[in-house]
Amino acid sequence: MVSLSPKRLPQPVPRLEPAEGGSSLWTDAWRRLRKNRLAVAGGIVVLALLLLCFIGPLFSQHYEEQNLDLGASPPSVSHWLGTDTLGRDLFSRLLYGGQISLSVGLIATVVALVIGVTYGATAGFAGGKTDVVMMRIVDIMYALPFTIFVILLMVFFGRNIYLLFLAIGAVEWLTMARIVRGQVLSVKRMEFIEAARTLGFGRGRIIFRHVIPNVLGPVIVYATLTIPSVMLLEAFLSFLGLGVQPPMSSLGVLIKNGADSMEEYWWLLVFPAVVFSLTLFSLNFLGDGLRDALDVRTSKD
Amino acid sequence: MLRFIGRRVLETIPVMLIIITGTFFMQRFVPGGPFTAEKAVTPEVLHNLEAYYHLNDPLWKQYTDYVWDLCPKRFHPLALRSGLDLKAAFGIDFRPSFKYPNRTVNEIIAYKLPVSLELGGWSLLVALGLGLPLGILAAVKKNTWIDYLCSSLAMTGICVPTFVLGPLLVLAFAIHTGWFEASGWYSPIDRVLPCLTLGNFYAAYIARLTRGGMIEVLSQDYIRTARAKGASEARIIFRHALRGGLLPVVSFLGPAVAGILTGSFVIETIFQIPGLGREFVDSARNRDYTLVLGTVVLYAGLIVTLNLVVDIVQVWLNPKLKFE
Repeated sequence: MVSLSPKRLPQPVPRLEPAEGGSSLWTDAWRRLRKNRLAVAGGIVVLALLLLCFIGPLFSQHYEEQNLDLGASPPSVSHWLGTDTLGRDLFSRLLYGGQISLSVGLIATVVALVIGVTYGATAGFAGGKTDVVMMRIVDIMYALPFTIFVILLMVFFGRNIYLLFLAIGAVEWLTMARIVRGQVLSVKRMEFIEAARTLGFGRGRIIFRHVIPNVLGPVIVYATLTIPSVMLLEAFLSFLGLGVQPPMSSLGVLIKNGADSMEEYWWLLVFPAVVFSLTLFSLNFLGDGLRDALDVRTSKD
Repeated sequence: MLRFIGRRVLETIPVMLIIITGTFFMQRFVPGGPFTAEKAVTPEVLHNLEAYYHLNDPLWKQYTDYVWDLCPKRFHPLALRSGLDLKAAFGIDFRPSFKYPNRTVNEIIAYKLPVSLELGGWSLLVALGLGLPLGILAAVKKNTWIDYLCSSLAMTGICVPTFVLGPLLVLAFAIHTGWFEASGWYSPIDRVLPCLTLGNFYAAYIARLTRGGMIEVLSQDYIRTARAKGASEARIIFRHALRGGLLPVVSFLGPAVAGILTGSFVIETIFQIPGLGREFVDSARNRDYTLVLGTVVLYAGLIVTLNLVVDIVQVWLNPKLKFE
């Protein structure tokens, strides 16, 4: 490792000052995004929710703390959103449940992102027969009823939360792979890739340093839109009793519990439902805004 | 066109095989069997039970026997008139159930599937009946308050999932006003809330897709030509633009139907509807091998068939796709 190759290239200059003050793709996108009020509002709500859910529980009452004397009490000054049947404060349970739901959304999306980007980039970059075979596999997998498989997986393998991440991630990577492949196919014909190849860079380096950064736009947009759909799937499973298991809770679990006791205690259903829908709203608006800002046409609608 | 259809039909075979194989082996390799939850049985009884269900054969033989039983071996669709008997009509035998020992999976499906299909069918109608007009209206009145209203309605539909909307509707229209029953599946009026709930999400999606598709088509040259020739606005929309504008909707119908079928799991739980979706979730919990496999194969078969139909319709609408 110590011996340097004789054909060592000169060290790249850390930051090149542009010859004239142009604006990059990202600056432009940022300017367009800021003009879209709905997207900005969505972004702010998402940030606020993230902060609340991940920092809030540090200061609030513990989500498992029971107070059976309170029973299910309606919203009041001491318990802003009321308490559930075991006297647990709904607000702190919401924060904690939101934390789990958002984590599932983020982590499963990252899983989908890693699989999808690697797979799609490889297929697109390899081209030829490899590409045909790899995309054929994706086509076949698209036809599989995945929700049913995820349900079976969750029933059979003990409803483990890590399995949940994996199962959902494994479902969501397909579209990502398609998008990335399409982008790679168009980027790889461009001249700067040719230039990189002429400089003698290896395949891995070209893929990870030159191709992937240039397909990031659609990937970011699609990832933003994947998070709400992952959260939907998680809540769907939790509602069937197959997702997150007690004593942990997620927004899906809270909605399920609320629906079970809504005849007497409406607040147990309404507040989790509102928070969940609000989260989906903001993420979708943010995603749509990003898509418009980055001027991306994804294959999904 | 015939070649395209033939190729697509052949493609469904490996998909179905993957599904059957995956489900079959997955449930065999997980801990717990259909009889572990039963009250203790003597080894002799257990042995007899396993012999009855052929659980003592080598696994590969169980598998090949099962796949053979599933193969359609005859074609008498007319037999379906007297009831949903897949064995009489197509020779598909899903075997006896493990948890309901005196019933076959075929009988359970014949009894429960019509309920789920009715739920799904009405929901699809709701989805199309609400989604298409909203989408067309939004596209025609693009960037007016009508468009914004339709689009935000659609966004609301997407962000309020079935398991949120269902309980909220029950809370509002069954418990507070008492217009509907909170659960059950007896009179026609019991169909309203479940089908609205399930159809709503897809209506929202369809509205968005219709709007996008129509806007794109309406900006094309041939629409301007039609307008220049003095065609009425209604004729332009319904006669010229709709065929192209509906393309994205048609391609969404495949996933939508699959989603409506699986979405019925939740709806059937919320509204206590005796359909096949609830039976599937329960059967998976009970390790009812044959019932799980039967329902998965059935659902997969339905979804794969519908995808096939959607693909063919799509090519018929847009012949360019055939060559991709």
